[in-house]
Amino acid sequence: MNAIINYLKELFGGIKTLLTGMKVTGYYFVHPRQIITQQYPENRKTLKMFDRFKGEVSMPHDENNQHKCTACSICEINCPNGSIEVISKQVEKEDGKKKKELDTYIYKLSMCTFCGICIKVCPQDAIVFSQGFEHAVFNREKLIKTLNKPGSSLKEKVKE
Amino acid sequence: MENIITNNSIQQEEYIVNMGPQHPSTHGVLRLKISLKGETVENIEPHCGYIHRGIEKMCERLTYQQIIHLTDRLDYLSAHTNNEAVCLLVENALQIEVPERVKYIRTILDELTRLASHQLWWCAFGMDLGALTTYFYGLRDREKILDIFEETTGARLLQSFNVPGGLMNDIHPNFIGRVKEFITYFRKKLPEYDELLTGNVILKERTTDIGLLTLEEAINYGVTGPSGRASGFACDVRKHHPYSAYDKVEFKEILYTKGDSFHRYKARVEEMWESMKILEQLIDNIPEGDYAVKMKPIIKLPEGEYYQRVEAARGEFGVYVLSTGEKYPYRVKFRSPNFSNLSAINKLGAGHKIADLVAIGGSLDLVIPDIDR
Repeated sequence: MNAIINYLKELFGGIKTLLTGMKVTGYYFVHPRQIITQQYPENRKTLKMFDRFKGEVSMPHDENNQHKCTACSICEINCPNGSIEVISKQVEKEDGKKKKELDTYIYKLSMCTFCGICIKVCPQDAIVFSQGFEHAVFNREKLIKTLNKPGSSLKEKVKE
Repeated sequence: MENIITNNSIQQEEYIVNMGPQHPSTHGVLRLKISLKGETVENIEPHCGYIHRGIEKMCERLTYQQIIHLTDRLDYLSAHTNNEAVCLLVENALQIEVPERVKYIRTILDELTRLASHQLWWCAFGMDLGALTTYFYGLRDREKILDIFEETTGARLLQSFNVPGGLMNDIHPNFIGRVKEFITYFRKKLPEYDELLTGNVILKERTTDIGLLTLEEAINYGVTGPSGRASGFACDVRKHHPYSAYDKVEFKEILYTKGDSFHRYKARVEEMWESMKILEQLIDNIPEGDYAVKMKPIIKLPEGEYYQRVEAARGEFGVYVLSTGEKYPYRVKFRSPNFSNLSAINKLGAGHKIADLVAIGGSLDLVIPDIDR
């Protein structure tokens, strides 16, 4: 007799716990407004990432197509994965002096781990993280990017 | 008839089954070689190395600032805590006192990491036992923490927010408000976890008295974190060797004595309540100050051996560095909690049914990249 009572106790006790759980799911079933869903590909136009979001490394250019990079290669030295390559060239100035200038700033997105050291160490704040996060491409070569735009030059320092 | 069944060769012989490397409930590329007798597990032999990346070796050619981003990739669910271990090691070796503000922010982010990690574990544990519903409820709340992380650190999972001497950035102006909002929100939502899963009869039947680990075994195998504390092993580094701002907060070390799968589950759910208590004590009292001390661009540790441990979400995480005075460490060793926790799996699983092994593995909360490094 005791065995039967215990069996029934366990059975109904078990059903009760299942119903407790179903109460929670049932609540959200009748309150669909409390369910949060990101409509990701549909809301692409309105989707805004946070300001500090680490998308990919980019070099901002101003309206005169000028950037701030002095080709000092500190970012290249500090990058743990070798995803940055700074190629510089010697340019002769009007007064005859030779000066090092940025030729190409190669950024290999495929090797980047988004640690943010390059941006932290940059003394000129020439590179920043951009907001883009859709990195998928069909060809691996497309992940090797040149950050400085063609024909761009170094921004002259404004005297304060 | 009975004679035929008992004399059946399948019943008598040991039968070897591979669980993994590609198995959904091992949470990664872990291979368990299981000897079976019928349906009962006789012996479990873990085979590691499927996701070995040689991180310890890589560290020998990286500066101390660069090592940090690799520690993210060990236990990716407690990335911030792992970062902190390396930073604390460097700071202690150079005897740098970081500002109070840094300590507070680090502790808050630590606890948020722990909460996010336990939430994901709760999702996955329910799913291991066949309850898909829990996955969506846990991820709903975890998303809130990840938003906090993304706003302040710029990344959701692998933050790399700690640097030797402080933090990458100051906290975002919205940070305090968002954390407070999250605590009030999650205090309402956490009882739902209990209603959905803790009292559930299926969970109780499948975890109670399954995978027993005694206190002695837990100490012998070095099972730390919530898994060890469920066996009564008082191993909370936050409590016994406080770092950052843990000496300024009051919290309870969750200890159980039984050490079965259910108590490992319970320890983690209770830890979520404790984490929220810690957050509440700290969030209003963040002192003003700098977010980092100025460090030299090239950090050279004095010659010698250094060890620093922190409490990650899964147990004690330790970093050992042998320095020869160069800018690169001579040798780096990570004491990862999951490797030690995995080593006890033969003790836990042997004698149980193979279906229970999934529940045992889930209750240990294994993260495979942390095991292989």
